[in-house]
Amino acid sequence: MLIRYLYLHKRSVPRFFEIIFWPVMDLLVWGFLTLYVQGMVDASLSKFVVFILYGMIFWDILYRSQQAVTISIMEEIWHQNILNILVSPLHIWEWLTATFLYGLLKTAVITVILMTITRFFYHFDMIKELGLAVIPLAANLLLFGWVLGILTSGLLLIWGYSAEALIWGVPYLMQPVSAVFYPLTVLPDGLQMVAKALPSTYVFEGVRAVMRGEGLHPKYFLTAFGLNILFFIISATFFEWLYRKARASGRLVRLGMY
Amino acid sequence: MLVEARNLTKVYADTKALDNLSFDLRRGEILGLLGPNGAGKTTTLHILLGLLEPTSGEVLITGLSPFKDRSTIAHKINFSSAYQTLPQNLKVNENLLTFARLYGIQDAKKKIPSLLELFELSHLQNRITGALSSGEKTKLNLAKCLLNDPVLLILDEPTASLDPDISEKVRSTIQRIQRERNMGIIYTSHNMFEVENLCDRIIFIHRGKRIIEGTAGDIQKSFETVSLEQAFIKIARGGEVVVGEKS
Repeated sequence: MLIRYLYLHKRSVPRFFEIIFWPVMDLLVWGFLTLYVQGMVDASLSKFVVFILYGMIFWDILYRSQQAVTISIMEEIWHQNILNILVSPLHIWEWLTATFLYGLLKTAVITVILMTITRFFYHFDMIKELGLAVIPLAANLLLFGWVLGILTSGLLLIWGYSAEALIWGVPYLMQPVSAVFYPLTVLPDGLQMVAKALPSTYVFEGVRAVMRGEGLHPKYFLTAFGLNILFFIISATFFEWLYRKARASGRLVRLGMY
Repeated sequence: MLVEARNLTKVYADTKALDNLSFDLRRGEILGLLGPNGAGKTTTLHILLGLLEPTSGEVLITGLSPFKDRSTIAHKINFSSAYQTLPQNLKVNENLLTFARLYGIQDAKKKIPSLLELFELSHLQNRITGALSSGEKTKLNLAKCLLNDPVLLILDEPTASLDPDISEKVRSTIQRIQRERNMGIIYTSHNMFEVENLCDRIIFIHRGKRIIEGTAGDIQKSFETVSLEQAFIKIARGGEVVVGEKS
């Protein structure tokens, strides 16, 4: 299935746009905004303004990894090919794994492009500033994206086209409460509790800690990783339940028809 | 016995899509599953394919359950439907290669060209699937179906929307391959002429129940009609119900 997805990139202009155009356009907007705001604050604050840009790049990792999972499944529904796939020997978890790897490849390409543009165009060197901390932090965002992808894919199986809005919307439900562009303490108490339950919050708090010169304390990526494992188990169990329900109720065979 | 379906029942909320349906299929046999729209034909096929769980009853394919032994069964069966297409944005050979990998076909590089030749699609192997005509897409679906040399083929209206010339070519190819490979085929169609010529045995379903089973000739005699089409219309319009008899 991974090869099937890679075939599409050879000749698809929309897919080229998805990997190159949209992320770069976002980066240009956020990059210029960062330069503008940086010019208005004193030196002690200017480092934190750069975080806006890094937040955007890291957020894109989570977003792309979730999209890769759900759009891959949705695409088979759009093409009315899903029953051909489900009848084949491919196990549903083999299929999901292929979408995880697809997401990893896409995210890696986009992130390298964005970091390169950030370095040479805006003179912000993410690797120099964050060092090896980039790896465990990015890995946790990738994993959480997969978790959200499993969840939205399960809802697709049971709700079909009606769930399509979730593909695009679920990551944005997480964004305000993941402390992406602002510290956790900015959120009201109630939302802080929600934020503390999300692995993504610890990633962005961890990035801010590194930028403050505190280094990456293991608590950030270990907490994120622990929550990711917990959510992975929950979403996988939920997905299995939804798959069985879709198969028993007839929703599975009607995918693409409602 | 290749397929054994026993007392299959499927209830959705307040609708009984299948009502105690039982039938068998032997290897080398083509079984036609006929009935008006909503009779339960596609529901039956989906249960055989392991895509839909029956409310009660059991189905075995080569003695195994398509639900409990899905991995084993999936390698032995294949499926083509007029309502499922291969990804339109892949080339013909890319689609076949993808499915060859899904079915674990070892000699795909030899098999795919021979299937393309069989279905007269060799000159289209680098064509984008979406650019094919309906007949060509149908033939591609059938080529995909034969990748894993299935013992059971399930064909859901495979020649719907095809012109008579292409329909006849597709039917002849199916018949030839079925005889060569001794495959069992379950075939649904609204084309009575096609069913009469292709199927060894026919089961008529209406409102989820088996109405009659037999050869085309037996069914015509039972309903005192001169054609299978007239028998179909009689059944669909609530004609006399004959308790299912095997000829």
